[in-house]
Amino acid sequence: MIRVEKLVKQFGQFTAVAGISFEVAPGEIFAFLGPNGAGKTTTIKMLTTLLRPTSGTLTIDGLDVNEQPNEIRKRFGIVFQDSSVDGDMTAYENMDLHGILYHVPRKIRVERIEHLLRLFELWDRRKEQVKLFSGGMKRRLEIARGLLHTPKILFLDEPTLGLDPQTRNQLWSHVKYLNQAEGVTVFLTTHYMDEAERVAQRIAVIDHGKIVALGSPQGLKLQTATDSLEDAFLKLTGASIRDESATSKDQMRQMAKMWGGRR
Amino acid sequence: MSAIYVLWLRELRRYIRSRAQIVASLGQPVLYLVALGFGLGPVFQKAGQGNYVQFVAPGIIAMTVLFSSVFSGIGLLWDRQFGFLKETLVAPVPRLQIIFGRTLGAATVAMIQGLLVAVVCFIAGFRIVNWAEVPLAFGFLCLIACLFAALGSAIGSVLQNMQGFQLIMNFLVMPIFFLSGALYPLKNLPKALSVITSVNPLAYGVDGLRSTLIGISHYGMAIDTAVLCGVATVLLVVASHLFSKIEA
Repeated sequence: MIRVEKLVKQFGQFTAVAGISFEVAPGEIFAFLGPNGAGKTTTIKMLTTLLRPTSGTLTIDGLDVNEQPNEIRKRFGIVFQDSSVDGDMTAYENMDLHGILYHVPRKIRVERIEHLLRLFELWDRRKEQVKLFSGGMKRRLEIARGLLHTPKILFLDEPTLGLDPQTRNQLWSHVKYLNQAEGVTVFLTTHYMDEAERVAQRIAVIDHGKIVALGSPQGLKLQTATDSLEDAFLKLTGASIRDESATSKDQMRQMAKMWGGRR
Repeated sequence: MSAIYVLWLRELRRYIRSRAQIVASLGQPVLYLVALGFGLGPVFQKAGQGNYVQFVAPGIIAMTVLFSSVFSGIGLLWDRQFGFLKETLVAPVPRLQIIFGRTLGAATVAMIQGLLVAVVCFIAGFRIVNWAEVPLAFGFLCLIACLFAALGSAIGSVLQNMQGFQLIMNFLVMPIFFLSGALYPLKNLPKALSVITSVNPLAYGVDGLRSTLIGISHYGMAIDTAVLCGVATVLLVVASHLFSKIEA
């Protein structure tokens, strides 16, 4: 379903992804683990056509990202690391806008929106502006939205960041259900080892832009001679703490508050 | 096409929902109208130029449209920072449609603001001289809105943070307003100033509004229309190009 060969992404002098190769089979749940700044998000952005690779080949469902980005975009749904719903619109409007952008016919759109909002327990609050939602509700809405156009692949970039255990649990149950019932291929990144172990069939550990290990959770433990995936992870990537450089986003949030806070 | 419509609709919805913002954004034009319109009125009258409120009202309307459309266009920057932009960037829709929808939405919002201020001007004593040309005035309003919404979109596509936004405000938007003849007649200006105003698209917008609403024109309506259409087209092309280059 996803085939990546010698993928490289450079930002000026800095190499974020340094020639990685892997394959994800149809119907598989594949996890990408790595410390902060290892290249996870950059990889997801290339897979989802948001960034152009510097070199290497990347095909999704047999289509090349450079040649048919729009065809590929129809085939996947994505839940971004940080919220990408519009706080000024209602939950229903966010869903509807997504459905229109993805050319879901009106009748099917109406049906699926109701189905998904009910599934993620948001139907009763569909007429509320999303900025009034809690973090967990926003996440659920984003996942519901990502599934609206019945994608073949679902990308989840640290989907459980900042969620309580209940919501996390519910989220992974849904993801597993979708994978089993509808055969959706899932590509996810996370910092929580227990989650990766629970849902993923195969795991790739990435560090400094390179894949340092690839295999089943069991296989990784065997390979590193450790008892838990967390230990395996630490053994593979070292125990030193990585610092990510701050973005201007926090500054912006501050400004937004000052200006009357649109979100 | 439906993508253009739904993104246009989004801009409108957001505008209608931010009532505080609507009121706040009317404050500045009203202040200009009252403080300048009535403050400078006597001097203007003595100089033999007639009623200043009458003269400045089209300028204030144009100013409202300028600020509103550039801001809405730059709204792209907010969407980039708060994530919604990514939702539209991964959608299977040509980028051209996305930027068109957004820009049209921004222009529509700016026009509504302009019409609201026109009503305020009317209350303040502004009277339209030639009602038959009101549709033409509306056309000029539309051109000004599209032109500066496209400018805003182009800026929003390149800007990365708020610092840049302040820079644009102080060194682009304010000069465009003050050097447009919105507040003073273009006749008998010092040479340098008159050269600067003649390359400022807003000068033609204000002139177009003035010639249709109160029958005073400096450049002539044909030139006004030609310049506005030309610049708007160029800016739309530039905005589309810059937007298509965005990588998230």
